[in-house]
Amino acid sequence: MAFVFFGYFAVVSIVAGILTVALKNPVQCGLALLALLLHVSGLFVMLNAEFLWAVQVIVYAGAILVLYLFVLMLLNLKTDDRYFHAKTPYLLAPAAIGLIYLLFLLVRSPFSGAKGDASTGAILLDGDAHAIGIKMFSEYLLQFEIIGVFLTGAIVGAIVLAKTPKSIETRRDA
Amino acid sequence: MIPLSAYVAVSAVLFATGLLGVLIRRNFIIVLMSVEIMLNAATINLVAFSHYLESMQGQIVALFIIAIAAGEAAIGLAIIIVVFRGKISTNVDEMNLLKW
Repeated sequence: MAFVFFGYFAVVSIVAGILTVALKNPVQCGLALLALLLHVSGLFVMLNAEFLWAVQVIVYAGAILVLYLFVLMLLNLKTDDRYFHAKTPYLLAPAAIGLIYLLFLLVRSPFSGAKGDASTGAILLDGDAHAIGIKMFSEYLLQFEIIGVFLTGAIVGAIVLAKTPKSIETRRDA
Repeated sequence: MIPLSAYVAVSAVLFATGLLGVLIRRNFIIVLMSVEIMLNAATINLVAFSHYLESMQGQIVALFIIAIAAGEAAIGLAIIIVVFRGKISTNVDEMNLLKW
């Protein structure tokens, strides 16, 4: 059963990713990106990361994608004829060959390493959000604060960038 | 039990798709969307390794990646609005004001 779900989520997310890159209309690209984000969140559920699933659906599909669609609708872009780079046909074949070689190497390589203390049973005892919270607010507190400062700076920067600049005459009066 | 390399393979394909999108698309908004695809591929990798190596660190870093993606989207879209207001299109080939 797990294989069926994994196959579904994997295939649909890859197809949605290709559609995001290949579709002509930017709004359709945004909707394909939405499908990709939701199916990637399904992969998170299969990996016992329920908290990340919720964050992915709320933050990515709920906030970031709406921001993208909002700007797309605001700018009302016309689809122009040359929406791909002029040298695209020459890029595709090397990209496909490189990807196949990379996949060949990845599938063959043995991934292993020292196991940590958060086994599946230990996480399921109190839930994924509990485990992340304990770890986040003990070992990763400084990084958490840095992310908070970063997000504040990003929001202030976005507002300053998008504000309508005053004309020079009114600025001299002030 | 699904092998770890299956998740890594899905992540690699998604990352390659996003990279190709950044390289070949000419619309700045689609380029930003392709960057989101690449960030998602990295997140899948982190969560998969976090699950199979039984450690919580991967999920923490995945959360940080989502936060950084939110900041990147806000700044990128603000830049698009500023550029578009200056009567330049969102085609990345025509955004060359700072080109030396």
